[in-house]
Amino acid sequence: MAEIQSNEGGGKKKKGGSKQKKISVFVDFTPMVDMNMLLITFFMLCTSLSKPQTMEINMPSNDKKITDADRDAVKASQAITLVLGGGDSIFYYTGQPNYKDYNSLKLSSYKADGIRDFLLKRNAEAVSKINDLKQKKLQLKISQADFTKQVSEIKGGKNTPVVIIKASDRSKYKNLIDALDEMQICNIGKYVIDKITPGELFLIKNLQSKGKLSDGAAK
Amino acid sequence: MSKVKVARKSTRIDMTAMSDVTVLLLTFFMLTSTFVKKEPVQVTTPGSVSEIKIPETNILSILIDPKGKVFMSMDKQSDMVNALDSVGNHYGITFSEQEKKKFKVSATFGIPIKSMKAYLALKADEQDKVLATYGIPTDSVDNQFKVWIQKARAINPDLRIAIKADQNTPYKVIKDVMNSLQDLRENRYNLITSLKNETANKK
Repeated sequence: MAEIQSNEGGGKKKKGGSKQKKISVFVDFTPMVDMNMLLITFFMLCTSLSKPQTMEINMPSNDKKITDADRDAVKASQAITLVLGGGDSIFYYTGQPNYKDYNSLKLSSYKADGIRDFLLKRNAEAVSKINDLKQKKLQLKISQADFTKQVSEIKGGKNTPVVIIKASDRSKYKNLIDALDEMQICNIGKYVIDKITPGELFLIKNLQSKGKLSDGAAK
Repeated sequence: MSKVKVARKSTRIDMTAMSDVTVLLLTFFMLTSTFVKKEPVQVTTPGSVSEIKIPETNILSILIDPKGKVFMSMDKQSDMVNALDSVGNHYGITFSEQEKKKFKVSATFGIPIKSMKAYLALKADEQDKVLATYGIPTDSVDNQFKVWIQKARAINPDLRIAIKADQNTPYKVIKDVMNSLQDLRENRYNLITSLKNETANKK
């Protein structure tokens, strides 16, 4: 410990012999502890332990040179378009938008029984495959590298849905993140964030007015 | 009569063990934690299930507050000075050494380039107050944000762009920022989120 014990203790002189003083070397650590505590408090208050999470996304290029022909056309049967509206509302339609039938656009929610349920059903094949892989990984049958490779293979498979996320100006940033989150939860590999078109805004209004707009246009 | 002898005990406590513990804790905190950056506006990031950690170096972070003000920060101070230089050149403003030094120590910046000189002349505590009321202009008429990104990219090609936005920010603002980035062919970036636990299997 911090005390170096001398045989005699205290500063007693030996009878005869050397006249060296024996000093008990006792270092008081109290100030040291005080200082350390101060430093710890400082570090606890001024630093953060958790590093922020991040989501990596790739956006399509804005390059004007790329014409529509260069882009991969998405099969209508695989396309799901999510439209994020104001007030935490989310709408979706599959395939091509149908402007005549207001019911083609469906209202959903960010809750687990809303859009997630729908996406999981659409992507059931890939989801079950990935769950199997996760089980295998838990039982240490496959390595991490194999796991990520196979997962990306399943996600990029031919029959997986392609999701197009279109956020309206009234939606919040949180809605966008939530929508991107659903992609991760539902194991959807192919998704893109796109600009909203007047057609989609019309669909929302049409749904809210229960088809009055399209009826009026038909007449 | 016999006296009751009360044993005199020393009240001295050996603090060595305590000191050991505190030093250990201190080392732990110093090694694992990162300093909180001073940000001009309070931003609550939305939760997400993503578990990717953000890399530590070569980060250009874009801070967007709920009202749509945009601020920027870089982790290397030399990059910040160089960026200020080249952005100043672009608008025909030169900065003195002293002004550069002041700019270097500020953690986050978000001042229109025209007001930069007046801003850098202020004292540090006044700067903090003023900064929150400004923000880098992102509108299409005077898109200084684009210039900043362009110059920063020219200085450090390894830069990774991270967007940290409040969860209540309207998407319109985010769209403007993303559009500016897309115009510069910056198509890969990170969105900073906080952790949320949720799985698909929960039913």
